[in-house]
Amino acid sequence: MESRAHPNRLGIWGWIGGGRWGFERYLYSLHRVTGLGLLLYFLLHIFVTAFRVLGRDPQQSWAQAMNLVGGPFFKFGEYLVFAAFAFHAVNGIRLGMLELGFAVGRPIEPVYPYATSVGRQRPLALAVMLVAAVIALWGGYSFILGN
Amino acid sequence: MRDRTLWTWHLFAGLVILVFLGLHMVIMHLDATLHVGNPFPGGAVDWANVAARMKSMFFAITYVVLLGAALFHGLYGFRNVLFELNPGGGLRRLVDAGFTLVGLALFVFGAWVALAAPGVAMRMGG
Repeated sequence: MESRAHPNRLGIWGWIGGGRWGFERYLYSLHRVTGLGLLLYFLLHIFVTAFRVLGRDPQQSWAQAMNLVGGPFFKFGEYLVFAAFAFHAVNGIRLGMLELGFAVGRPIEPVYPYATSVGRQRPLALAVMLVAAVIALWGGYSFILGN
Repeated sequence: MRDRTLWTWHLFAGLVILVFLGLHMVIMHLDATLHVGNPFPGGAVDWANVAARMKSMFFAITYVVLLGAALFHGLYGFRNVLFELNPGGGLRRLVDAGFTLVGLALFVFGAWVALAAPGVAMRMGG
């Protein structure tokens, strides 16, 4: 049976670089980068948070684990995870909406000059960036207050 | 399982994560401004607050749900990223089997931790 897949001839560069494509293409790259970062953090998080039930004295185990990840380097990393979550979550909502056909405009006849749905999507993409930035800034303020 | 079914589950898992990870982020990282889920003074990772959440069956159950949804969403997403490099059929099967095994092992371990937490907190008297 003939494959319907299109080969990714650009390889890893094809994941990152959007060439002269639109702004939304870079949101795709950022969605991917933040997703992989969140996955890496999450896998480590499963083990670090397990210390709350491990050892003869879980309270002591927990304190040791928190000491290990309590330095400024880790705190900054934790903030990056928060900011990545803010972007990935809000952009994920945008992608879900587009997949379900919201915010792309009604289908129209292909009559010259041809219109694309990209222009119709742009306000949603900008709104997503704004909401993610507000959440990230709020998180930053909260991190500064809490440390 | 067909990719369309897995993709639908991927989207559904994303919704579950949005709700429960959103709540987790509010509790853990917006504590200084919102004060949700941490009944004692001090940070969200101070033992008194950790133990208070550990005692709650709501947190135990939602952590298990979040764990399962996040592992599936993350590993399936990573699988799709890798598959865009057009690996051969054997490598695809290896990735599928490896990710399934790793996901299941992490789920069993993480679920055990979440479900053991209420008992540990009671025993510690936290």
